[in-house]
Amino acid sequence: MTNDTRSVISLRVNDATHRLCLDNRRTLLDALREDTGHTGPKKGCDHGQCGACTVLLDGRRVLSCLTLAVTAEGAEVTTVEGLAGDGELRPIQQAFVRLDGFQCGYCTSGQLCSAVGMLAEHAAGWPSAVTADLCPDGPAPALDAAEVRERMSGNLCRCGAYPSIVRAILEEAR
Amino acid sequence: MNAESSVPTAAGAVGVARPRVEGRAKVTGGARYSADEPVPGLAFGAVVVSTITRGRVLDIDVAAVQDMPGVLGVIDHRNAPRLNPEAGHFFGPDGGLRLLQDDVIPHAGRPIALVVGETPEQAYAAAQALPVVYDVRPHDTEFFFGHPAGRPASALFDGPVDVGDVDAELAASAVVVDERYGTPEEHCSAMEPHSATAWWEGERLQAVDSNQGPYQIAVTLATLFCLPPERVRIRVEHVGGGFGSKGMCGPQLILAVMAATRFGRPVRVTLTRDQVFLATAQRPATDQVIRIGADADGRLRAIDHVAAFELSPLAEYIEGCTELTKTLYAAPAIRTRLTAVPLDILPPYSMRAPGAAPGSFALESAMDELAERLEMDPLELRLRNEPVVGPVSGLPFSSRNLVACLRQGARRFGWADRDHRPRMRREGSLLVGTGLAATSFSTGAFPSTASITAEPDGTFTVVVAATDLGTGARTALTAIAADALEVGVEKIGLRISDSDLGPAWSAGGSRGTASWAWAITEAAAKMRGPERPATVTADTAHLLGELPSRERHAYSAVFAEVTVDPATSEVRVRRLLGLFAVGRVINPLMARSQVIGGMVGGLSMALHEEGVRDPVSGRHVNPDFAGYHIAAHADVPDIEAEFVPDHEPGLPMGVKGAGEIGNVGTAAAIANAVWHATGVRQRQLPIRLDRVLED
Repeated sequence: MTNDTRSVISLRVNDATHRLCLDNRRTLLDALREDTGHTGPKKGCDHGQCGACTVLLDGRRVLSCLTLAVTAEGAEVTTVEGLAGDGELRPIQQAFVRLDGFQCGYCTSGQLCSAVGMLAEHAAGWPSAVTADLCPDGPAPALDAAEVRERMSGNLCRCGAYPSIVRAILEEAR
Repeated sequence: MNAESSVPTAAGAVGVARPRVEGRAKVTGGARYSADEPVPGLAFGAVVVSTITRGRVLDIDVAAVQDMPGVLGVIDHRNAPRLNPEAGHFFGPDGGLRLLQDDVIPHAGRPIALVVGETPEQAYAAAQALPVVYDVRPHDTEFFFGHPAGRPASALFDGPVDVGDVDAELAASAVVVDERYGTPEEHCSAMEPHSATAWWEGERLQAVDSNQGPYQIAVTLATLFCLPPERVRIRVEHVGGGFGSKGMCGPQLILAVMAATRFGRPVRVTLTRDQVFLATAQRPATDQVIRIGADADGRLRAIDHVAAFELSPLAEYIEGCTELTKTLYAAPAIRTRLTAVPLDILPPYSMRAPGAAPGSFALESAMDELAERLEMDPLELRLRNEPVVGPVSGLPFSSRNLVACLRQGARRFGWADRDHRPRMRREGSLLVGTGLAATSFSTGAFPSTASITAEPDGTFTVVVAATDLGTGARTALTAIAADALEVGVEKIGLRISDSDLGPAWSAGGSRGTASWAWAITEAAAKMRGPERPATVTADTAHLLGELPSRERHAYSAVFAEVTVDPATSEVRVRRLLGLFAVGRVINPLMARSQVIGGMVGGLSMALHEEGVRDPVSGRHVNPDFAGYHIAAHADVPDIEAEFVPDHEPGLPMGVKGAGEIGNVGTAAAIANAVWHATGVRQRQLPIRLDRVLED
């Protein structure tokens, strides 16, 4: 195999650096799962349609199945494995467990990373399709259930845990 | 334990809301699903599926891809190992399992080759490049009730019944509803695509596979590959949802075993999302005609329910749409008949609430139409036709708490204030309507074994080949074992998810928990006997035969409120409430999640889900989540679910299943609410914009 089809990159995942020689076609999702041992992010569709692969790239939520790994060099990747620091679950993880915000758990890592990214987007004043007041100088939209549902709609859950997920996210937002 | 005795249980773990035992693993990414298992020396298989619907493979040009980087080889019908044609499942031999055995293509999406490579990218690149030449033959994928190929469905269950004189009773009825209802092909769409990793350890075949019952799958796989069962071991730690689609020995597993055998190393085969749509079981389309006759006071005189569903000539299957009709309401005359229409499609199989979900959509829509024509409260119509014994079987009900579900639900929902005339409520520009449905789903148990070992440290190791698809089986069985052994849950070490743990029923048919719990309580009873053995094993096969014949069902009443925008035809579900009688509730937190999840599935069935086939090519045109929409966050309101006191006297701990009942009534409740909002009946699912569109 020639160097045309592979690249050596440094990937920062959950505060650790991985030096990898990757097929240029390798997605960030596959690199995490197959090369750095992070199987928390899941492959639900490989087409950016389900959200199970959601991770944080420099704090922003991205679909890792639609991100080529070589483009993530230099960025800080956070997966579900990196959400809990020092073994202590984050409040939103605790809320998911306590309120039963999942059943099979396959979409959960995506839901959690997406929720963390979404809360940051909201805190930064980003509107959504259901935000009534889009005036840039207006107050930040209140994060009610309708806002959470709209902003989280890229993360499918076939078990139908949506009501508990929304409750857990609203608890975290408070 | 004698059949029909109730098990005395100390105030213990059962009935207590507890988070899942694997909760922490699931929120930290530590829970391992089948594609997550690290296996040294792993190769990857990419599946090639047929792009034509019927015909033959004339050529697969393996040489064209053999030298592509990383390609280990290609398996097709010319070099695949021979499989045992007797292998099958619940319904008998299944031609759907006999992959790569000949050049015949029986349906679109049929796996025709597996390309194996060192990396996923290399395998998929070669699979995409693999030239296939077909001989295309005409196909028939067009399903409808009177299809000339139609024949009576297998009567393994939901066979035809004819009690009373249906025609005379209909003729004597003051009001008769005679309508036709349809449901489309629907896909289980578990979030985890089917994945299997197989390898040989000496003479023993090992596999990690996403499925709903490792023991049953191991037996099927052993039969298929003509291996003694003890030479096959299948494990499945966490499963990313099944909903029926992982109940069978899947193509991923069959192909992974072929590849591991051929290439002498571990091979992982994971279906792509479109392959999950194309090559794993779907709910067949149904076409149903219901005639209900009633007196002016709402008492039913007759129900005539004839239903057709599609299947494949490759495998028998029953979509038991008419089962509900035999037990839900009292009527002196009831007649049902099921027709199977063989078409050139993938063999359908059980999807969540098989039979009952499409059947109840038809029956409960028809009941609502009857209430409309009688100018009667649909709730009252149902209460007025409550049977004392099984209307067809004549058997007593083991326990029947539908009335409690209806009454409590009505109170909580505010049903009493409803104006039953349609199109009477408006809020701004929106039309508002409410609807309800009553439902049941049969309950029972299948044979299982379990063993318990008393460990020296005072703990107990409880072993049963159960699976947890997200149902909460791990947590529920831990509680059941703790109570059965009269110890705290911290004393229980539960081992599941492994075919080596002995014969056990799969997670399916709403019978997983009941079947496994029975084996565990039997073993626990032996453990607590006078001899106090260190290890006990129990097999419930003989006990099931002693269970007296009864009508055994879980019940629910579902209430829905929708808004319809007359300008856009958009239907939004604003409120959804379900009242459930599911026997004793093992863990209210998880049980609520399960039935709410079922209602979300029912909402999705009502409004979104439709597998669409192109009649010209016979192929699915929407095999992905962009084209086949399943309910997303924004579609789902804050759903309420409550349990009424209930107890199943024939089963240990008094449990009934909760897996399917949540799904059953929701579609009809929503369709009835859409009628109430708009005055337009919705007899074909899903309730698409064009079907709601105002003139």
